[in-house]
Amino acid sequence: MKLTLDIWRQKSANAEGKMVSYEVDDISPDMSFLEMLDVLNERLLEKGEDSVAFDHDCREGICGMCSLMINGMPHGPERATTTCQLHMRKFHDGQRITIEPWRASSFPVVKDLAVDRSAFDRIVQKGGFISANTGNAPDANAIPIPKKDADIAMDAAACIGCGACVAVCKNSSAMLFVAAKASHFGHLPQGQPERYERVIKMVEQADAEGFGSCSNTYDCEAACPKEISVRHIARLNRDYLRASLFGE
Amino acid sequence: MNLDSKIPSGPLAEKWTKHKFDMKLVNPANKRKYTIIVVGTGLAGASAAATLAELGYKVLAFTYHDSPRRAHSIAAQGGINAAKNYQNDGDSVYRLFYDTVKGGDFRSREANVHRLAEVSANIIDQCVAQGVPFAREYGGYLSNRSFGGAQVSRTFYARGQTGQQLLLGTYAQLSKMTSNGGVTLFNRKEMLDLVLVNGHARGIVTRDLITGKVESFAGDAVLLCTGGYSNVFYLSTNAKACNVTAAYRAYKHGAGFANPCYTQIHPTCIPVSGDHQSKLTLMSESLRNDGRIWAPKKAGDQRSPDQIPENERDYYLERKYPSFGNLSPRDIASRSAKEACDSGHGVGPGGRGVYLDFADAIKRLGQKVIEERYGNLFEMYERITGENPYRVPMRIYPAPHYTMGGLWVDYNLMSNVPGLHVLGEANFSDHGANRLGASALMQGLADGYFVIPYTLGHYLATSGQGKVSADAPEFKQAEQEASERINKLMNIRGKRTPTSFHRELGLLMWHKCGMARNEKGLQEALDKIPAIREEFWKNLFIPGSGSEFNQSLELAGRVADFLEFAEVLCTDALHRNESCGGHFREEYQTADGEAKRNDADFTYAAVWEYAGEGKRPVLNKEPLQFDNVSLSVRSYK
Ligand SMILES: Cc1cc2nc3c(=O)[nH]c(=O)nc-3n(C[C@H](O)[C@H](O)[C@H](O)COP(=O)(O)OP(=O)(O)OC[C@H]3O[C@@H](n4cnc5c(N)ncnc54)[C@H](O)[C@@H]3O)c2cc1C
Ligand code: FES
Repeated sequence: MKLTLDIWRQKSANAEGKMVSYEVDDISPDMSFLEMLDVLNERLLEKGEDSVAFDHDCREGICGMCSLMINGMPHGPERATTTCQLHMRKFHDGQRITIEPWRASSFPVVKDLAVDRSAFDRIVQKGGFISANTGNAPDANAIPIPKKDADIAMDAAACIGCGACVAVCKNSSAMLFVAAKASHFGHLPQGQPERYERVIKMVEQADAEGFGSCSNTYDCEAACPKEISVRHIARLNRDYLRASLFGE
Repeated sequence: MNLDSKIPSGPLAEKWTKHKFDMKLVNPANKRKYTIIVVGTGLAGASAAATLAELGYKVLAFTYHDSPRRAHSIAAQGGINAAKNYQNDGDSVYRLFYDTVKGGDFRSREANVHRLAEVSANIIDQCVAQGVPFAREYGGYLSNRSFGGAQVSRTFYARGQTGQQLLLGTYAQLSKMTSNGGVTLFNRKEMLDLVLVNGHARGIVTRDLITGKVESFAGDAVLLCTGGYSNVFYLSTNAKACNVTAAYRAYKHGAGFANPCYTQIHPTCIPVSGDHQSKLTLMSESLRNDGRIWAPKKAGDQRSPDQIPENERDYYLERKYPSFGNLSPRDIASRSAKEACDSGHGVGPGGRGVYLDFADAIKRLGQKVIEERYGNLFEMYERITGENPYRVPMRIYPAPHYTMGGLWVDYNLMSNVPGLHVLGEANFSDHGANRLGASALMQGLADGYFVIPYTLGHYLATSGQGKVSADAPEFKQAEQEASERINKLMNIRGKRTPTSFHRELGLLMWHKCGMARNEKGLQEALDKIPAIREEFWKNLFIPGSGSEFNQSLELAGRVADFLEFAEVLCTDALHRNESCGGHFREEYQTADGEAKRNDADFTYAAVWEYAGEGKRPVLNKEPLQFDNVSLSVRSYK
């Protein structure tokens, strides 16, 4: 395959960025999208030019490190698929592809396509945990958990923290990310003691990081590579309301 | 080299309890006066950092990732073992201990393995308390499966995302301890060197991956939790950034590197599809519970699998190992696949693959059940290959996956360099020559949650070292050396990319020191590696500068260390004149092609000591003593 790539190049956080076009040929449909970028980078380096910076690591769709807006869509056109799991057979010969970083003021660009998502860490640090020091634990089967609840908790816990939900949202809201964490713990008996405090603290931190508010457009669910449901946001809203009204 | 294993005296089952009592404690009020440097925030590092902070120590935690949640542990799929015996199927601490020692082909330390089995149950309790959503039965109790060649169901799992959920559990705990100041977290900072003062490990030199700034950090002890070195083969199931640098730098400062030749090749990975391949994807071993592995009986058979009748298929694992069949341990399953392909029976591009077929399971259980069990894995396979495994059998081939070798540690997880502790995949301790499935997660968390919090206190209480600061000359010198090395890499200004060297080395290692090794091939590798290294230092190209975000520079530094470390690995493989576990030497096999151990001469851990630039490393031995299990031939027939 032969492709034209329009790629965002930006030397550092404070530098001006711009789109630059590259032609790549000899692309195999069996390559992953990132392998296609590897090919481009190897060729750039062979010419003595700087390669395109992008984040990635596991290349198995689980570490949440890869990102990229591909033709305006986070992680590209394929449903429930991270960029690293997207394959070139989903594109056609001669196609023009636009590749940009996540665009959100809370995710500043590090270089080219790599962004800084440490805001997510700070949200979790504020409340995204169950306080159970090592050694505190009772026997694992002491508290049975209905399979249904365990399954919902697991659905929510599947979030990989990639930030696609923020990138797609017109308000750059982190609500799906926050809701997934709150819902994961909120569905487990172990998560009850800190349930309301957790919600308040994470939402406050998301605000402080400059993420926007949720206006229920629900593009996030469609963009999420793990298909985290917006139902978790509804739950988060209920818990948040309850916590603020009744001071729970 | 002092290799005192410090195994406590007394009966096996009482050693750890006794040792916990015998060790010195640090007074609670004094703990905050100690700074502990933890490098790596995977399962081992994050659990250690969080737990030590809970105890009151001041912890500095480092990772090259942008967040601790990205560590390679996240990718583990299958599960984590624990001797809970919830299934009432005959499991026990002793059985887990025995299985692990046998699975490791009798090349691990009995006392360590027994401790691992003892604390395994606490790990599950701890994880559930943190909210890890393990799979459950309808009654609400935890579900288990059998995994990786075990005959009891002792594996806990969270769909196909066990590693993710365990890591998110430790990450949450680490985050909590970060917000209350117990842990100071340093993201995107890569350790480039270890700093010794007075012979004790007292700190590290790091490079900030965003600004390029080289600086150092001092403390009272250093914990390396930096993962394994499978990427020495370039193509492996490990995440792209996994590397040996931290461990190798420690080795160059005198830490012994134990059994580097024990590398595990996982049997069920998606085969290579072309030269562009950047990594290999593991398909969880749990697939072997229902899938049947076969290759065409006729060499060179080009027919599509549905055209090959039943009697022309060779279900070779079922044939060769009737009692374990498709669930034979990893080393055995991998080697059998290689044999099938080497003799011309392979399928798919280049004949490097065998079938993993679910047709019978679908017939027996229905597609819905298979979907429930493996749905996400089937989807992943289809995404990568474009083939639907419900209709066409999967194609699989072995790939480097895990490294049993690592820095030598004593029973307290301390290396021979005082103060330098090593946890998780980075150490050599518990898996001998071959690791059983679902045991790495268990070991990483055992080390971090339940071993180091005790043993580190003992070191701190007895080491008698004063305070040092990062202004000490030892630190300044190490910083300067690290900067010089970066400059040296930057200034080569040659023509070849870091990846091209990594690929070249990886291919050589895979062919000469991969699934099967022999003297001639290893000798060839040992001749060729220095030549690749020389070319690397003459003809490498890195764009830009060292004082910016520079992914080529990061990679080049790691490849440079792989290029030296590979020689240690091959040297070890060449010296071990036996086949055991993941180390298969073609010269040492039985008439029917099984691994032949040589207990009389090789029942020891081979611990390699750095002897200087260009010098052959020096071999040291820790003899292994088996008081409780008798060495037997590992038969899975
Ligand atoms: C695909 C796959 C599936 C697996 N499935 C299973 C399974 O089902 N069950 C099982 O038991 N095991 C499994 N394993 C093995 C298991 O996941 C690993 O052995 C284990 O998670 C390693 O944990 P760790 O904490 O030792 O290292 P890692 O998780 O690799 O963490 C290493 C950490 O060190 C940091 N680091 C490394 N070097 C430096 C440096 N120089 N400077 C700063 N930071 C550094 C990294 O940033 C990272 O935080 C699997 C492995 C793979 C590859
Ligand atoms: S690289 Fe890990 S999710 Fe894509």
